[in-house]
Amino acid sequence: MKEELFISGREIPNIDPYLHIWHWQIPIYLFLGGLAAGILFFAGLYTILGKEKEMPATVKWAPFIVPFALILGLLMLFLDLKHKLYFWQLYTTIRLESPMGWGAWVLMIITPISLVWCASYIREVFPKWDWKFELLKKFELWVIDNRKIVAWPMMIYAVILGIYTGILLSAFNARPLWNTAILGPLFLVSGMSTGVALIMWISKSHEERKILGRIDLLLIAIELFFITHMIMGALAGSQVMIQAAQLFLGGDFTVSFWTFVIVLGLIFPATLEILELFGYRIPIAITSFLILLGGLIFRFIMVEAGQLTRYLY
Amino acid sequence: MRYAMAIDTRKCVGCSDCVVACQTENNVPIGYCRDWVTETVDGSYPNVEIELRSERCNHCDNSPCVRCCPTGASHIVEGGIVLVTPHKCIGCGACIQSCPYDARYSHPEGFVDKCTFCNHRITKGEKPACVAVCPTKCMYFGDLDDPNSEISNALKNRKHKVLAPEAGTNPHIFYLV
Repeated sequence: MKEELFISGREIPNIDPYLHIWHWQIPIYLFLGGLAAGILFFAGLYTILGKEKEMPATVKWAPFIVPFALILGLLMLFLDLKHKLYFWQLYTTIRLESPMGWGAWVLMIITPISLVWCASYIREVFPKWDWKFELLKKFELWVIDNRKIVAWPMMIYAVILGIYTGILLSAFNARPLWNTAILGPLFLVSGMSTGVALIMWISKSHEERKILGRIDLLLIAIELFFITHMIMGALAGSQVMIQAAQLFLGGDFTVSFWTFVIVLGLIFPATLEILELFGYRIPIAITSFLILLGGLIFRFIMVEAGQLTRYLY
Repeated sequence: MRYAMAIDTRKCVGCSDCVVACQTENNVPIGYCRDWVTETVDGSYPNVEIELRSERCNHCDNSPCVRCCPTGASHIVEGGIVLVTPHKCIGCGACIQSCPYDARYSHPEGFVDKCTFCNHRITKGEKPACVAVCPTKCMYFGDLDDPNSEISNALKNRKHKVLAPEAGTNPHIFYLV
């Protein structure tokens, strides 16, 4: 029997008895970042492939959600800060080693890109929109003529943003559940899947939904593959890694993880998408909602569970 | 110069004087502490072993908290001491997540706070408050680079360990066992 107890009566808020320094803001921030990355990636991709006409929701409509999602995400990051009035120092320093620093800068670059993207389509949504200034009108015309030039950096930054949402967690050696390189790709794929789910929900074209449904099935398959590897990798690791994996295999997060993330968030919507491919009519709202909710719960569980794991000594 | 601390787990009685001395010296807010004492019980009666440890920030050589800080508020100063500059800290909590020893906490005023090795005292040639008050004299402090310092002698003559060496942080708090 080995037991450790604090005898100085240490009861620091948010640290004892277990770490809980990141609350609900961080999972929402990670979810919105992943969602925005997914939408922008496919908007850029289908613009580069020259399929704006076939995929109107992917290229034109869904990106209108992105600036709101990113600004809300930044607000969540701001709410998480404990020394709020000093937040501006994120943007007076460049620290290449700090994932948090990377995230702040990537958001600062991709938010304007997404705004430019939306601006170039705004007159298709609001035909009476007037830019008022000649310069803005010229800029809009330039973007409309050169969308591919905007699409490339948008796509690349979307991938960086998506991976970053995972790396923000995986860079912490002290939290064994997070400390795996697969978390970056896993969060990227999960974010893309939620992005595609939202585009499908918005899309009115049956053909577009069919293409997106297939992409989403592939993304869900990759995500399940990554999750399996994350758990297998942890089980093959050191004692603290094994204990981290146990949280999902009989521990505190078993029911929530397998029910809401794996079954209701991935396998069930994937089944609905397969049925759809075979010609059954299934309300897209159900499929999309489940994928989005699954993605959100997945991030809540990862952030909560990761903070429970630590080194033992 | 590399400051370090060695704590004799066989002399420590777990009185928590170090904790109180630190709270007083550094004006640590009520309910918080920069150092604390743990008791590890191993085995069951009659074969029981107890280890008492006074723990704090390990002032690691390879400090994950300094690496992950987005603003450079966490930094290393002369002597390898890890410090936080309150007016640079945004309170994002990344360093708290990154610490394998849970040695950092969020100060009620918003910034992150932790043990400073009593930098204000050692620059004057004094010992850190916890070391100075220890009634069993179980704590040794000094420069690892000086072969004749108190700490170098303590480590020379005794078996010692560090906490969570597998985290790769190269901690500067040693426990004599």
